[in-house]
Amino acid sequence: MATENPLHQFTIERLIPIHIGKIDASYTNSALLMTIAVVLITAFVVLTTRPAALVPGRWQSVSEMLYEFVADMVDKNAGHGAQAYLPFVFTLFMFILLGNLLGMIPYSFTFTSHIIVTFGMALTVFIGVTLIGIARHGFRFLTLFVPHGVPVVLLVLLVPIELLSYFIRPFTLSIRLFANMMAGHTMLAIFAGFVAVLGIGGILPLAVDVALVLLELLVAVLQAYVFAILTCLYLADALHLH
Amino acid sequence: MDVAAAKMIGAGLACIALVGAGIGIGNVFGALINSLARNPAAQVTPFAFLGFALAEATGLFGLAIAFLILFVF
Repeated sequence: MATENPLHQFTIERLIPIHIGKIDASYTNSALLMTIAVVLITAFVVLTTRPAALVPGRWQSVSEMLYEFVADMVDKNAGHGAQAYLPFVFTLFMFILLGNLLGMIPYSFTFTSHIIVTFGMALTVFIGVTLIGIARHGFRFLTLFVPHGVPVVLLVLLVPIELLSYFIRPFTLSIRLFANMMAGHTMLAIFAGFVAVLGIGGILPLAVDVALVLLELLVAVLQAYVFAILTCLYLADALHLH
Repeated sequence: MDVAAAKMIGAGLACIALVGAGIGIGNVFGALINSLARNPAAQVTPFAFLGFALAEATGLFGLAIAFLILFVF
């Protein structure tokens, strides 16, 4: 296999080197894509809802549909009193969605394929949700770890499991998004590498790649949805203590 | 056994995780077809796709490990 390393696409390059003391705060291609995502989302939502027409036009409909989709998700999954957190969930959903979709453009960069980015977001959700739970319920928040109607003998076993499954949340949440993006893009690169090597037979891996691009587009939208919906479910836990 | 061969074997073993993802995804869509055949008015498709994404992700953990073994170490 005389092909390029399929992990080459994930290299972070410094575009504008900035060093503050010993901290490397360079503006990288990852940061550039994040800036593009934020600018695109803000511009799209602000510009399309500017007319604020009672009967929305085409563009305004798109933004309203996105808003209603997330609002509906928060309503159904996070339950009563969670509407206050809608802006956060909407921002998170749009940011991840744009990150995944911008990554599907050939030769661009997927910032969600880096564990540190997804882990940062997942940890923000985890700490925020835990603080909300403690602020709302105080010590009663600990009852989240004690399942209802279980014999005391079993509690010795179940409470550690509940605790573990709670603290593992930021890891599973971040690795799910990161592994999906990383594995998907690596797979695309590997099959693309076969195309040039096989000559005329390269039509087969090319066909596989076309199918994989479709799958990846589905996964890009689906993973943004999953991240948002799990955030809602965690919020529901903190707000209502099952 | 040299390290290169061990890496290949390790990557192959890591890919066994995808068996579970295959079973899971098959289960999810099998159950979806089952429920839609019994009650075509059921609003379960969004949950099926949520289940699909969760099942696929667990298998991809293994695939990610395989790629890490092959290309990083």
